[in-house]
Amino acid sequence: MNRRVPLKADTPAASSAPERPTNVLIVGVGGQGVIMVSKVLASLCQELGYQVKQSEVHGMAKRGGAVFSHVRFGHTVYSPTILEGDADVLVALEWAEGLRWLPYLNQDSGTFIADTQHIVPPFACRNRIRGADSGYSRETVHEVMESVANSFALDALQIATELGVPKAANTVLLGTLSTALEFPVDAWKGVISKFVPPKTVEANTRAFEAGHEWALTFDRETRLKEWQEHTARFSAEIARSDVAVTSTLEITEAWCKGCDICVKFCPERCLAMDERQIAVLTDPDRCTGCRICEWLCPDLAIAVHTPASPVEA
Amino acid sequence: MDAEAKTPPAVETHTMMGNEAIARGAWESGVRVAVAYPGTPSTEILENVAKYPQEDIEAQWATNEKVALDVAIGASFAGERAFVAMKHVGLNVALDSLMSQTYIGVNGGLVLAVCDDPGIHSSQNEQDTRLLAELAMVPVLEPGDAQEALDFIRNAFEISERFDTPVIVRSTTRLSHTRSVVRVSERLPASAIGFRENPGKNVMIPAHARARHPLLLERKTALLEYCAGSPLNHWEEGTADYGIITAGISYSYVKEVAPEAHVLKLGITWPVGSEKLRAFCASVKRILVVEELEPVIEQAVRDLGFEVEGKSLFSRVGEFSPRSVRDGLVKAGLLAAQSVSGGMATKPLIRPPVLCSGCPHTSSYMALRAVDARVCGDIGCYTLAVVEPLKAIDVCVAMGSSIGMAVGMSKAGTEKKPIVATIGDSTFLHAGIPPLIDAVYNNADITVMILDNHTTAMTGGQDHAGTGVTLRGEKTARVNFEELVRSIGVQWVRQIDSYNLASMYQTLREAVEYKGVSVLISDRPCVLDPVKIRGEAFLVESESCVACQSCMNLGCPALAWTDEVYDGHHKVGIDPAQCMGCSLCAQICPSNAIQLANLQ
Repeated sequence: MNRRVPLKADTPAASSAPERPTNVLIVGVGGQGVIMVSKVLASLCQELGYQVKQSEVHGMAKRGGAVFSHVRFGHTVYSPTILEGDADVLVALEWAEGLRWLPYLNQDSGTFIADTQHIVPPFACRNRIRGADSGYSRETVHEVMESVANSFALDALQIATELGVPKAANTVLLGTLSTALEFPVDAWKGVISKFVPPKTVEANTRAFEAGHEWALTFDRETRLKEWQEHTARFSAEIARSDVAVTSTLEITEAWCKGCDICVKFCPERCLAMDERQIAVLTDPDRCTGCRICEWLCPDLAIAVHTPASPVEA
Repeated sequence: MDAEAKTPPAVETHTMMGNEAIARGAWESGVRVAVAYPGTPSTEILENVAKYPQEDIEAQWATNEKVALDVAIGASFAGERAFVAMKHVGLNVALDSLMSQTYIGVNGGLVLAVCDDPGIHSSQNEQDTRLLAELAMVPVLEPGDAQEALDFIRNAFEISERFDTPVIVRSTTRLSHTRSVVRVSERLPASAIGFRENPGKNVMIPAHARARHPLLLERKTALLEYCAGSPLNHWEEGTADYGIITAGISYSYVKEVAPEAHVLKLGITWPVGSEKLRAFCASVKRILVVEELEPVIEQAVRDLGFEVEGKSLFSRVGEFSPRSVRDGLVKAGLLAAQSVSGGMATKPLIRPPVLCSGCPHTSSYMALRAVDARVCGDIGCYTLAVVEPLKAIDVCVAMGSSIGMAVGMSKAGTEKKPIVATIGDSTFLHAGIPPLIDAVYNNADITVMILDNHTTAMTGGQDHAGTGVTLRGEKTARVNFEELVRSIGVQWVRQIDSYNLASMYQTLREAVEYKGVSVLISDRPCVLDPVKIRGEAFLVESESCVACQSCMNLGCPALAWTDEVYDGHHKVGIDPAQCMGCSLCAQICPSNAIQLANLQ
């Protein structure tokens, strides 16, 4: 693992070239605890005598949007934000968020620590075409680990769950992060104990140690192989046989009594009542052939025809 | 920092967000009355002021920014230091009062903290407060980090009282939400000078105002003289032959990427044009201005007769970053281009902010889709219903605009769809009542949905006059929306439970069929603030799920596709960690596949 030389707080400022601050970028989804993780790090750096700036943007944090926090520490820190390509460590609490911020990582020496947890936004489940898959990031752990030299992908939630403290997944990640920055382990534990509820100090200490240990015993070759196997399985799963099939809707007008049930329940909102109070398909392109209208019509006035309904997996 | 900077003797240090430091500055300055209406990125200022003892400082939420400023002006008239905080667009609301108050000046010092939002992280525009300050001829101080945020508030009160003027301290999102170490001091005693009778100064009738206007011009001249000697504008020698004039957070980017440049950091960004600025410009071969948004400093330098480069290198839109400042300097030929190595190319996942799991607004917009309404939206969380899958808002302009726009649409007479204005509780109190009176008075055929979630949710859950709780958490009078609306003269008013989907659909249908103004109050507390409201989680019985995607139309973040497929479509699963138990998906499911988890 590529370790940075730790900065010394007592280095005189103006002598020779000023030392470059260390940049840690922490990213995730609103509600995951990105700000909490970055506060722990910032607080630790401050205790150890560094100048620290920590910058984030609030407002959308609770609403499932992307959240990020820049932590910069060193002898003198000017900008609160990190230059693209200049992050020494990128910590991702969620997989796709880590990928989003990869361009910020120093490509030569940067360390990427990512939780493999997927949080799939509703927006990624919008393609209603038969056979369509979710719009979640396609890059596999194996691909990313191959491409980014210092990359550590772990299932922090699983590690924490195995310890019986699923809520301490972020602390596991802090344990992993602690191996990328040369701060005393006890200092980390001390700061964490101040940030977590008193009753959970012991559990969080164990979670921290687990994450720390995981990184120290990390064997890149073995992990790569494991993820490669995982990728192979995953690809088999997503390569389902379904192909796009167009369906047609047949409405028997004579049987329609204008009850409006199909219009109300159509998930794609592509049915309407015409001026005669008879159901019509107003937007055939939106119809996915889900058959809700067919099933719910009390008068059996609607039939959905699919040329070759795919056989269920 | 300048050795001569007016930093009071330090007693201790704290790590503070920019907004916390501003609050501390207000308290240290001996402010007696502090007021605000919440708005990102300024909200935390008053929340932090409220952490100081009430014996020291009155801290309260106002109904809107104009009321906030008026309250502060009143306190200033009464002889105490007064402080008001708002976001940039809030100043538009308060501007009416500011434009006259600037003629009057102050008795107790008066400072406005206004937070701009370059990059539009959480706003409807990115206007530059310095232009409004110029219009009002009010000095602007721009801190560049949390320490300056505190110090500049203290400086602002001194300037306010010395030059008899309100003063704006301008922050930006980045400064407001960056934490760094701050040296703090003790609180100054409150001034207690009392009211000073002086109608010629305090009452703006035409004759008085005419006499006051020339004093504004004199004030500007005096301020420019002050700027020339003020340590707030400080000059840092570099080794290069070019000079950069900058302000606020941009200073930190300049120091980051161009440590060799001569730098003039302006702490006062209106007025600009002092002798110090002239001397700086004359001392360097090439002058660059790095300022976010409008070219205020750049124009002032040009007005002094110097050749200057600013917006030709650094964008007039959006937020700066170290990268964009470096790119500008590269474009100017002052820095060598750095190739950022490519690394792995990934396509970023689209993850827009969405209405939360359990959000009571969701059902309102589902129903609006069902009646196929033309929807005039407003400012709040519910504006998020503009994106797929709810996609139920047609227009949104500014705080309280929804109802007035609906009146106009109905009067235009072209719209075949029912016209509905949707407005949140806090926004309704802020600026929705006058247009509702207007709708009744002018007999418009519209429906108004008041989305009452008992809090100011978008900004993180602040109280308001409709919650019956003050900023300091004390119980107070509570506005009853139904009574209020009836007293205005609305005949058709219904209050319904936002979680009752069938009733929501039915009642909305009746409301839009009513000829005239109908008001529907959709009532349910926000599930996150002020307390987290979590019911029993639901789950999807996978064998019953027909993958119809009806529930996915809610846009609930707890719902996502599973790997199981039915007839070519993904079945849906519920993340138990995210489910708040609102039951909307269970109410919608045509195959009854969604059930309470603990019944299994």
